[in-house]
Amino acid sequence: MSNTQNISTFPFGPQDVLLPEPLKFQFYVDGDKIIKVDPTIGYVHRGLERAAELNDYRRNLYLCERICGICNVIHGQTYAGLIEKMTDTEIPERAQYLRSIWGELARLQSHLLWLGLFAEAVGNPQLFLDVWRDREIVLQLNEATNGHRIHLGTTLIGGAVKDIDESLAQKYFAELDKLRTRMDTWAVTMRKDPEFLAKTVDIGLLPKKDAVHSGAVGPVIRASGIPDDMRCNGYQAYGELDFEPITYDGCDVQSRVLVRLDETYQSIELIKRALKQMPTGPIAVKSEGFPEGEIVYRTEQPRGEVFYYGKGNGTIHLERLKIRTPTMPNIPPLLTMLTGDKKQNIPAIVHSIDPCISCTERITEIKEVA
Amino acid sequence: MYPLTSQKTAQENNGISVVHFDCGGCNGCDIEILATLTRIEDLKKLGITRVGDPSKANALVATGPVNHRNKEVLKSIYDRMQEPKLVFAVGTCACTGGLFHNCGNTLGGIDKVIPVDVYIPGCAVRPEQIIHAVNLAIKKLTQEGKPE
Repeated sequence: MSNTQNISTFPFGPQDVLLPEPLKFQFYVDGDKIIKVDPTIGYVHRGLERAAELNDYRRNLYLCERICGICNVIHGQTYAGLIEKMTDTEIPERAQYLRSIWGELARLQSHLLWLGLFAEAVGNPQLFLDVWRDREIVLQLNEATNGHRIHLGTTLIGGAVKDIDESLAQKYFAELDKLRTRMDTWAVTMRKDPEFLAKTVDIGLLPKKDAVHSGAVGPVIRASGIPDDMRCNGYQAYGELDFEPITYDGCDVQSRVLVRLDETYQSIELIKRALKQMPTGPIAVKSEGFPEGEIVYRTEQPRGEVFYYGKGNGTIHLERLKIRTPTMPNIPPLLTMLTGDKKQNIPAIVHSIDPCISCTERITEIKEVA
Repeated sequence: MYPLTSQKTAQENNGISVVHFDCGGCNGCDIEILATLTRIEDLKKLGITRVGDPSKANALVATGPVNHRNKEVLKSIYDRMQEPKLVFAVGTCACTGGLFHNCGNTLGGIDKVIPVDVYIPGCAVRPEQIIHAVNLAIKKLTQEGKPE
């Protein structure tokens, strides 16, 4: 930064029409080139981990589902998985399949939500409306499953609350086929439309090396060519579903769009495969005893790896619950992407990591240095 | 970001112009607000428009429990809004603090910071509830008298 006179600053957020959630960025720009970015978080910090220590450990399931409304199903499943490990509970195989099905349904909902918001961020409102119209199919499936559009609430410590019977399975098959046909009509715009590509190709570059060094997770690292996906570990029923992570080598915003677009198709296939393979049997067992010991449990959220650490002492309260959600490790890569890029690309790049601020706000600054 | 975003003011629209702020909920209500705006594409006919600038709005849709940091933002948005002001508390945690009542950093419902006109409980709220609440609010607005 030799000629500092030319550098101007402008704030972005916390309340802005482009931001559904409060997040603040201070941009330092030279002409239209971004020199430096300072993010500020803390606007939606709630102190949830402390509340989890005060609550009964069984109530925390519902608290963890409310960390984030978009990926609530997988948060609930991760917490339940953590407690099941701490209490040595082995859940039935059918429950594992049910969890995978609903986890993929949540991923489908989240990716469709993001594809729509991203289309709007790059200036294509019609595409936004089309994508969100089709997302309603998934929400209606949620409602048919357990009576609620957003918070599915099917997870139980020890299994699942509800089963998928034959008629509901048929509905899943029919509606997912319908969704797939409808998706084909707008997916071609995201893959081939020159106007869309002009705003995404070679923008927000995150080279493979930087992606590893800055600790990116989820679709962001997979769009830089690294097959990093927690589902490869085969938790729940993923080990039996022939899961292969989707990667692209473009390292740009378009690759992140394509990773998520292909993952929506993959989720539809995984749900159908799981419904066909699902064994019969009980859906839940009784979890006995209180959580004890230290356990780390990781699953793959729509946005990347989510990390739960729990420490129990054999009482009804957990001693510590630590949660690291995927947007947090994706903020340093975002700063790498923004630095050196153009001012007009800010909305596309910020959206490309799929920021979920209500997830992220697990920590806040402790003191200000005078 | 929103297809119904307009630069017109409340008076020009002859209805209500809504500004949206998330105080720290789980996003469930926020995405339902968005779903409301997309599912009913002719919401504009009801006189409901979404604006980005608080100074052009006369209704605030707030979700989530208030915390120590965003209460200042919420207050400043409320102060910049046009008269008469309408405030919707969307979701149980915006009404009372809800599930986050014992979290260390939350103050409770948004009525701890600004006056609320319509409470919409639900976790998460349904689009139909939001539309019903907006209808109630429009009635309230016409009773109190709209500035002409």
